[in-house]
Amino acid sequence: MASDDDEMKVMIGLEVHVQLTKLHTKMFCSCSSDYRGKEPNTVTCAVCLGLPGTLPVLNKRAIEFATLLGIALNSKIQESMFFFRKNYYYPDMTKNFQITQYDKAGGVPICVGGELTFTTGKNERRVVHFRRLHLEEDPGKLQYEGSITTSPYVYVDYNRNGSTLVECVTEPELRSPEEARAFLKKLRSIIEHVGIADLSLEGSMRCDANISYKGHARVEVKNISSMKEVERALNFEMMRQKQKIKSGVEIVQETRHWDEVRRVTISLRTKETEKDYRYFPEPDLVPVTIDAKELKRIKALLPELPDARVLRFVKQYQIPAYDAEVLVDSKSMADFYEAAIKMFNDAKDVSNWLMGDVARRLNEDNLDISETKISPKALVQMLQMIKDGTITGKIGKTLVKDMLDGTMPADLVKKQNVKRIDDEAILQKIIDEVFAENENVVKEVKEGKNPRTFEFLVGQVMKKTKGQADPEVTRALIKKRL
Amino acid sequence: MAKIHENTATELLLKLISGETTPVEVMAHYLERIGKLEPKIHALTFVNKDNAMKEAEKADKELKKPKGKKKPLLGIPLIVKECISTAGMQTTCCSKILQGYVPPYDATVVIRLKEAGAIIIGKSNMDEFAMGSSTERSCYGPTKNPWDFKKVPGGSSGGSGAAIAAREAPLALGSDTGGSIRCPASYCGVSGIKSTYGRVSRYGLVAYANSLEQIGPIATTARDCAMLLEIMAGKDPLDSTCVDMPVDQYSKGLQSVKGLKIGIPKEFFAAGLKDDVKSAIDKGIDLLKSLGATTTDVSLPSIKYSLPVYYLIAMCEASSNLARFDGLRYGARVDVPKGNFDTVYSKTRQEGFGPEVRRRIILGTYALSAGYYDMFYVKALKARTIIQDDFKKALAKVDVLIGPTMPTTAFDIGTKVDDPLTMYLEDVLTVPINLAGIPSMSVPVGFDKGGMPVGMQIMGNFFKEAQVLGVGMAIEDKLQFHKKIPPVGA
Repeated sequence: MASDDDEMKVMIGLEVHVQLTKLHTKMFCSCSSDYRGKEPNTVTCAVCLGLPGTLPVLNKRAIEFATLLGIALNSKIQESMFFFRKNYYYPDMTKNFQITQYDKAGGVPICVGGELTFTTGKNERRVVHFRRLHLEEDPGKLQYEGSITTSPYVYVDYNRNGSTLVECVTEPELRSPEEARAFLKKLRSIIEHVGIADLSLEGSMRCDANISYKGHARVEVKNISSMKEVERALNFEMMRQKQKIKSGVEIVQETRHWDEVRRVTISLRTKETEKDYRYFPEPDLVPVTIDAKELKRIKALLPELPDARVLRFVKQYQIPAYDAEVLVDSKSMADFYEAAIKMFNDAKDVSNWLMGDVARRLNEDNLDISETKISPKALVQMLQMIKDGTITGKIGKTLVKDMLDGTMPADLVKKQNVKRIDDEAILQKIIDEVFAENENVVKEVKEGKNPRTFEFLVGQVMKKTKGQADPEVTRALIKKRL
Repeated sequence: MAKIHENTATELLLKLISGETTPVEVMAHYLERIGKLEPKIHALTFVNKDNAMKEAEKADKELKKPKGKKKPLLGIPLIVKECISTAGMQTTCCSKILQGYVPPYDATVVIRLKEAGAIIIGKSNMDEFAMGSSTERSCYGPTKNPWDFKKVPGGSSGGSGAAIAAREAPLALGSDTGGSIRCPASYCGVSGIKSTYGRVSRYGLVAYANSLEQIGPIATTARDCAMLLEIMAGKDPLDSTCVDMPVDQYSKGLQSVKGLKIGIPKEFFAAGLKDDVKSAIDKGIDLLKSLGATTTDVSLPSIKYSLPVYYLIAMCEASSNLARFDGLRYGARVDVPKGNFDTVYSKTRQEGFGPEVRRRIILGTYALSAGYYDMFYVKALKARTIIQDDFKKALAKVDVLIGPTMPTTAFDIGTKVDDPLTMYLEDVLTVPINLAGIPSMSVPVGFDKGGMPVGMQIMGNFFKEAQVLGVGMAIEDKLQFHKKIPPVGA
């Protein structure tokens, strides 16, 4: 019998809003785009506040940045384009329209088409296509107390209003929440390699998702505030739709809101009440042209992209392609790696640590290495201590957590007194204890039936020394004792 | 000696420089005159009494300094229309919804004129958000025509037009989306020019229909308009639609109109044109001919579509431009005890906007909605191109086009305000110019039988403001219309 998943093919499309945080100023005024952590409504001016009579003036670097991303994603860059007004009333907008691009009504967005190849958790290679990439201004931020449904008031902060977004719209080609995550991870790596955004910043990568099961209506889920929330939101919405379909209730075409606090999607509006945005060309801006010469100039600015970097890592550092790919999946991880191996001449050892214990810790907390305080210097210091025998590899593993908080491993070793024990007298005493406590095991070892029993004894010594015992010396001593 | 207000701005500047009068004397005179006339005319919405005198005192000192280049407008009082942003001074578009709004910034043209030494003496009345041709639709009440207080001054810059006609200041700013400078200039017997789209920065002009409008000068003479426009025009990094082209020396005028080729568009003389308007225009044309100009009949067959095309484009743009007035951030707000922000928006906008503004927002919203966009807006843009082509073709053969500014002279207050369609018809000869984007000015050429002024419209090719103004100057040099001051009783 076919499983549920075979019968019910889900199609997921994403609209990823990427804030071009590396721009110095907002999209249409000279306000700083670095508004995070600032007092609400202080990073604003007459233009982004939409005061009567003000006019937008396009930030030319926004065009350059979007073009770079378009080239990186194999999109077709449009030679001539203009902006539209998307009209709707909402308190996070100062003009009650958003300046954006549109692919209908004679409009073309800056980038059309494109694709991204990524590797899934099951190690499958997948290609997802883009419909378009377009530029638009970010609205302000509404702040609720707790959930949107119960908040007694709403505060509006216009600091973010007018920042530059590139909206990357995919075809509905993703097949699972896990794939969506892997796709976003790769997209993030590409964006960070292009150098147009630092996506570890709060709210710099936000998503809307379209979810539908074959033969059923499509539901759009809005307000997914980060990569981490995507999987949660998708899982919830898929479960909701599956349950409905199974119990014979038809899915309604609608727009839903992801409530991060309650972790559910809530209906915002159905097709009947769908907004009519009354798009029309923004009369205050002139058309933008990117001619062949300009395109060539921008192309020349494109730095090394993830796929090329993977190939280089394999060739230059002689590490397996899989390892290189995992490292380059995050630009900051790849940067970290290259910084570390400049100081520590064992590329494989560094990648093992990064992909092993460091990555495991990061995954547990769903963090990117750039969101932690560990430095390449700290990792190298630890690897040096293992190499010169100051600590054991086992101890090294226990240090990673504190190192992520910014503590240097040497300080940790000093404070925790966890240096390697290779003093034979001390170890001999501990081995005596272990032998006394495990007479049966010792007997088994001596009979030689099960080689794993020997490792059990080594393990017991490690346990008693909290991992500090030198494994080589310990093994030798146990053998001797036997 | 002529009284201060009997001077043109150009004459006044010469007297200020020669020391015949002083900025303080000038300012005091105009403030006093405003005090006397305003109860009858109501052209101004705000008088900058205290600050204007302080500025005049500063100008006095600056003029007395022996050395240095003198600012071109030093000490000249200027009236600014209510829809042009002035830092620290109300900018309400004569709408209830903007009551209490005081902008923190100056429009680019205001900065330029202040830097040139002009002193803002007050702000002028207008139809709410520039939607009207009579200045009757202001939340502050209507402005009266100085030639006959029973009549409208035209609109929407009727406050500026009436104030200049009544000599409440020598210079004023208006804005022209579909005739809003030229109509009051014509009805009030003064001069005003709408420049080529993109010649003057719109930064600080509260948008009604962005793709059509320009800020422009209104003064008693074409020469004064030229002087003002010269300072206002030119590239502005804050307005992407403002072009980077050198500004001609408009105030120099034309050497001669000898050999000037004038096109007479027959559509401007069609049915509906008042007889005495026609005869006044004919006399104006004859005058130019007597100076050596030649005339050719031309045709602009597509301009018959101008009114619907204009109103469609203007209303669509307005419906979006005026969306920002929701009471949340500035202006007047109607608070509701219960309900969400949608309720606040609706109540605020319903009470804040007058009926004509609401009508245009609703029509524009409708025309832009799904299913209608192609039928209305896109079609209107296509028609606009065709109308523009008509003008291009005609202006390829002649230097300027000449016709009446308005088909009639000023009408009685209250006679058209309740009939929007009749009011829209007023604009039939002015809106084609905004659709085409070319420069056009209105200069007074005579009176109708009832003694109301008639304005002649001079239309030129793109960026040929110098030619348009030059023709205007040639006419005023002969007619000396600016010597005729309406009998306002002061």
